[in-house]
Amino acid sequence: MTDQEKILNEVTDSDYKFGFQTNIDTETIPKGLNEEVVRIISAKKEEPKWLTESRLKAFRHWQTMKMPQWAHLRIPEINYQDIIFYAAPKQEAKYENMDEVDPELIDTFNRLGIPLEEQKQLAGVAVDAVMDSVSVKTTFQDTLADKGIIFCSFSDAVKNHPDLIKKYMGSVVPYTDNYFAALNSAVFSDGSFCYIPKGVHCPMELSTYFRINAANTGQFERTLIVAEDDSFVSYLEGCTAPMRDENQLHAAIVEIVAGENTEVKYSTVQNWYPGNKEGKGGIYNFVTKRGICRGDNSKISWTQVETGSAVTWKYPSCILKGNNSVGEFYSVAVTNNYQQADTGTKMIHIGKNTRSTIISKGISAGKSENSYRGLVKVLKSAENARNYSQCDSLLLGDKCGAHTFPYLEVDNRSAVVEHEATTSKIGEDQIFYCNQRGIDTENAISLIVNGYAKEVLNKLPMEFAVEAQKLLAITLEGSVG
Amino acid sequence: MSEAKIMLEIKDLRVSIEGKEILKGINLSVKAGEVHAIMGPNGSGKSTLASALAGRDYFHITHGKIIYEGKDLTELAPEDRAREGIFLGFQYPVEIPGVSMVNFLRTAINSMRKYRGQDALPAGDFLKLMREKKKVVEINSDLTNRSVNEGFSGGEKKKNEIFQMALLEPKLAILDETDSGLDIDALRIVANGVNKLRSPQNATIVITHYQRLLDYIVPDVVHVLYKGRIVKSGDKSLAKELEEHGYDWIKQEVDADT
Repeated sequence: MTDQEKILNEVTDSDYKFGFQTNIDTETIPKGLNEEVVRIISAKKEEPKWLTESRLKAFRHWQTMKMPQWAHLRIPEINYQDIIFYAAPKQEAKYENMDEVDPELIDTFNRLGIPLEEQKQLAGVAVDAVMDSVSVKTTFQDTLADKGIIFCSFSDAVKNHPDLIKKYMGSVVPYTDNYFAALNSAVFSDGSFCYIPKGVHCPMELSTYFRINAANTGQFERTLIVAEDDSFVSYLEGCTAPMRDENQLHAAIVEIVAGENTEVKYSTVQNWYPGNKEGKGGIYNFVTKRGICRGDNSKISWTQVETGSAVTWKYPSCILKGNNSVGEFYSVAVTNNYQQADTGTKMIHIGKNTRSTIISKGISAGKSENSYRGLVKVLKSAENARNYSQCDSLLLGDKCGAHTFPYLEVDNRSAVVEHEATTSKIGEDQIFYCNQRGIDTENAISLIVNGYAKEVLNKLPMEFAVEAQKLLAITLEGSVG
Repeated sequence: MSEAKIMLEIKDLRVSIEGKEILKGINLSVKAGEVHAIMGPNGSGKSTLASALAGRDYFHITHGKIIYEGKDLTELAPEDRAREGIFLGFQYPVEIPGVSMVNFLRTAINSMRKYRGQDALPAGDFLKLMREKKKVVEINSDLTNRSVNEGFSGGEKKKNEIFQMALLEPKLAILDETDSGLDIDALRIVANGVNKLRSPQNATIVITHYQRLLDYIVPDVVHVLYKGRIVKSGDKSLAKELEEHGYDWIKQEVDADT
């Protein structure tokens, strides 16, 4: 082994820092999936009949489907009869004030760096925390309610705002969309709901934290964001899970509906447990995220920093229906050890003068596989559509893979579509240059990687950007020092 | 000057790259306060010597010793050598896209301070220090707001090396062909920068192909490196001689001996 290989091996030999488990009583239902289980979940959540029916419809459809095989991923067969589809911290997750919340649970969220308490008020972030399947506490509801903003758990929304849920749920990602969307639509347990009324500029970042705690459980949350005309909202999502030897399934749906002159920013820092250095364990992350710019002059912007999960299958997309609407996708995906990621976006241009930007930065280390997969589709109606895509790959070491799969479907001659792609290796020269200025190799790699990802990190809200930078460093951190 | 202590002592240093011996027994002694020039034709091993001193692991030391401030340098990692006060001005400074000069140098300076048991420099003090040092090399303010060396012209890159040297205040600076690719104005600025930083406490090794730079940075000792050995040492007049007669007469002398 050469010295450079040794350094890279050390640096890419990372440990997961969020692998603790919370000892909290959990209520679960038996393993397995059938119509009865779907009904039980619905009953546990005291759902109205229409929703139970909708779940069952999705479940029946799912049974007719097959798991998609087109991604550049190797996934062992998932045994759905071996998964628990509902788990909740045992106490009723209905808290009037913080004193009633299990201290262990508060401790968990504190360790994750999500203070649910008043300190968060200073930061101006409203948090909805989803532990296993149930939304635990949503802060700041009152402040937001003054502006007419609804920010609550999905279950609460089903109870308190059934009309909105009925109208918008599945309107962007129908249960027929794909295998995992169908599965989620059948068994989703909770998630977040956010509604911004017409003309309201949401005064704070809205934030959701997802945490899988219980063993053998899957997490299936869904998020729905509805932003009416002339509104603005910035939404953050973070996720972690304990270290476990077996794989766990996460299949989520996020839907965004934007009206006219509206802007929705959705930022994710995904740090699900990636498995150990030998590739054992880790989360299978299958997520369908999609937003629609329904009205003119709207903008939906996805920013994601993907560092976790054993397998990531995720394509946050924009349907640009309104004229002059704008879609953006900024992504950093890091894979290390035996992680596999197949991630990208879809930009569907329907309206006139619609524009989209795709900036994807892949970083592969260890024996991982990292793929960008993106579709730019310009429909006949989309006069003067513009797209710019840039896909960069950075390799650390020579046992990892980076792949780019861009797809273009253009049906209007006025479209201008640009695609740029680069692949580079982290240079020994760069590392030595840093060393010579007194910076050790680990910090040098962190510096170089963060520099490489800067265009994307800059798009994150300040607080998140700092966290993401640290996370990039930790993901690639070595066992030395 | 003879009372000054020896800062760097190189004893019979042999260095190989991929099994091929490049340096074949270098002996060199540098005292605090001195400026040494190392000259020689292309391929004589000048840059190899610079890299070996800085600790690049591609260069294998097969024999000999490098004693710096009483320590065996070969046992130190490159970053620790830098923290001990050794600075290498690169012949080809490396670009690091997306990493601002400010961030890069702050990380560097704080790594060094940590090594010495000092607290990190507060942001305000650091920026003030940067402003001061920028004047030394007449560097454009805009340059320090950009990514490390990215899109810099050849001359800007070299100025940037001297700027970093000014900021990091090394004890021993090794400037590897800092004059290559510089026009006369840039050369003057770079040389002025080096001269302003000269002091009785620190030493400089200037590696150059041409004597031109030595009109501005006046060396105490001039060495000629040829085929991996120092074949001649003298005062600054040796550089003049090389300028007038080229390297051929030295080559002939050496080749006749071997």
